[in-house]
Amino acid sequence: MFNDSLPTFWSIWVAFITLLVIFGCLWLVMVVRRSEPFKEETEQTVGHAFDGIEEYDNPLPRWWYLKFLGTIVFGLGYLVLYPGLGNFQGILNWSSTGQWEEEMAAAEVKYGPVFAAFGQQSIEALAQDPKALEVGGRLFANNCAVCHGSGAKGAYGFPNLTDEEWLYGGSPEKIKESLNVGRMANMPAWQGILGDAGIEETSHYVVSLSGRAHDEALAAKGQTHFQTYCAACHMPTGEGMQMLGAPNLTDDIWLYKAPNLTVIESVKQTLRHGRQGVMPAQLPRLGEDKVHLLTAYVYSLSQQ
Amino acid sequence: MSDRIPTVEGRIDAGERLAHRQTPAYQTKQGIYTRGTSGFFQNVRLTAGLVMLFMYYLFPWLNWGDRQMVWFNLPDRQFFVFNATFWPQDLVLLSWLLIICAFGLFFVTVFGGRIWCGYTCPQTVWTQIFMAIERYTEGERNARIKLDKGPMTPSKFRKKLSKQVLWLGVAWATGFTFVAYFIPARELVIDHWTGQASMGAYLWIGLFTIATYANAGYLREKVCIHMCPYARFQSVMFDQDTLIVAYDTERGEPRGSRKRSAESTNTQGDCVDCGLCVQVCPTGIDIRDGLQYECIQCALCIDACDSIMDKMNYDRGLVRYATEHELDGGQTHWLRPRLIGYGVAMLAMCVAFGYALTHRSTLEAKVARDRGALFHETKTGEIENTYSLTVFNKTSFNEEYEVNFQGHPSARLIGPATIELAPGQTRVQVYQVQIPPDMLANSRLPISFIIEPAKQPANEVTIESTFIGPDRWK
Repeated sequence: MFNDSLPTFWSIWVAFITLLVIFGCLWLVMVVRRSEPFKEETEQTVGHAFDGIEEYDNPLPRWWYLKFLGTIVFGLGYLVLYPGLGNFQGILNWSSTGQWEEEMAAAEVKYGPVFAAFGQQSIEALAQDPKALEVGGRLFANNCAVCHGSGAKGAYGFPNLTDEEWLYGGSPEKIKESLNVGRMANMPAWQGILGDAGIEETSHYVVSLSGRAHDEALAAKGQTHFQTYCAACHMPTGEGMQMLGAPNLTDDIWLYKAPNLTVIESVKQTLRHGRQGVMPAQLPRLGEDKVHLLTAYVYSLSQQ
Repeated sequence: MSDRIPTVEGRIDAGERLAHRQTPAYQTKQGIYTRGTSGFFQNVRLTAGLVMLFMYYLFPWLNWGDRQMVWFNLPDRQFFVFNATFWPQDLVLLSWLLIICAFGLFFVTVFGGRIWCGYTCPQTVWTQIFMAIERYTEGERNARIKLDKGPMTPSKFRKKLSKQVLWLGVAWATGFTFVAYFIPARELVIDHWTGQASMGAYLWIGLFTIATYANAGYLREKVCIHMCPYARFQSVMFDQDTLIVAYDTERGEPRGSRKRSAESTNTQGDCVDCGLCVQVCPTGIDIRDGLQYECIQCALCIDACDSIMDKMNYDRGLVRYATEHELDGGQTHWLRPRLIGYGVAMLAMCVAFGYALTHRSTLEAKVARDRGALFHETKTGEIENTYSLTVFNKTSFNEEYEVNFQGHPSARLIGPATIELAPGQTRVQVYQVQIPPDMLANSRLPISFIIEPAKQPANEVTIESTFIGPDRWK
């Protein structure tokens, strides 16, 4: 019946002013009604003329007077039914949030079956179904494109979803897992342990893994650092580990390649400061059926 | 500009005019009982009214191809008029049309007074039908006055009832027809009798039925006198060369009754004071008091007076279309700057409308650059921008659109070369443009997409956008 959006004093203050204005209007209407000099229509004018135009001094028509009273009755009735008097919620208990929830529930009733029907099919089958991909594409545009791009090609820090390479695995089950519960990637900072020289050496070794230009001597030293500190996650071969989301360092794909830095400079930055990648969980937002359809869409992107 | 018309005081004393008034300033005391009349102007009104009503009631029943000929499909935002389909994007056409109507009204009003009010206004046309029904069921003016004064008898009840039934029938047909412009008539006519039409349809049919019934049955001239803004501002456009329905005071006064076919004497004017002009007036005024704002210039008093003049063997035109200048014995200046100005403005607007109508694009396309990332580097080091191209087929046939790109010689457009769309279909298609970094001289490059419809290559659309690359490339 009452919410607590306003402190008690201000709630009473708002209610008081609202009622004061309404009853003030009522008083004004009554007073004007009582002060009318003629109770019937007459030919009497108010006594002034402008350019030969005179004004009858007739009473307010009765229906008009009643209409004024009607608006006051309406206003009071409204304030009883709906929120308006401070913290009073109104006896209908209506709220904009409640209305939104009802509309969402109504939309769920209407569109839920459409998504539920998609939810019954396998992801592989959906990835071949143009209708499903059209709907899935719209879901992607509304929910995913802001980070991964309209074309799902990714951006700095956001992986490209159209290639064959996956941080956490590209099977339908793994994609669905990424969507359902999200991902938290964590690359620790190594500046304190490796020092400037160590960072330099390790970075040369890392770029050498994908066949990029590097200094042989530095890379050789870097290899020892790598085997000591990095191999635990990125594996001794540098091919990464999808269970942890540790990227493959041999495929020449650089998630954190900054536009104004070369690859090796970007790797140094990553080594110095570490990286934290977050993919938010979509299941609580979208529900099972929509996630299922989105999985099929994302899966289809790398199958072409 | 010409002078404003002086107030009627010069012609007839204001007090006298007030005494003559049948309608007091704000409420009609006694109802207006109009007498039926016939004559040239009544025939013109009837013809104009019937032609328009015929079109109004008929159009929803005509089909064009497989759809209703005139159909404003609000849920799908498609507006069909004859062979054309309009979309919300064509709204500007509606504004041109309304401007034409406005200048048309100004032009006609300056030339011939309230022609719109008297001959074509729906208020007038429907009131005319309702008055005809009244006359048919309850009889002529005198019979109706007598009937209303008399006690309720079975015969009176029968007459009143049949009038109400006919009125409501016409009102319902009007309401139904109005809604049938928005919901196809052939579905609606079945659905609304079987209770299957939507709430909205019933609501609007009901609303228009009530509004028609009340406006044409009861409010009538009160709408013109107290409610209609047009009525007020049209009078503002009058000047002394505007044709108005006027009583020739010089010729008519002093008025007086006399034996039929009595010769006009020096002591009496031509007005026999039969009062017929007052009895036929739908707004209940006496035209002999001069130009009044209540007058909708329906010219019924002209027909009534002419019929009497014929009987008396006097010349017609004691009440006639005349200008103030003519009545004062002067010359009417037909071509005056105000009239020419409105005419030119109206023609210019017609040309603008015609141009906009024939040159409107049947293809709507726009391009949005991805905002999330300014650009993206491919594995091979090329700079890539992503664009969402939205194409909307406004034609009534399947169309294929060829998508081309312009702006850089070594740019590569990735995405479908053509987009196929059904009529009224919209599609958002993602495209990527790739340019090798060493080919990019600037970080911002103006580019354009060219969308060419296969069937109507002339409607090609070019959309400007920007390609963004890195600021400093190492």
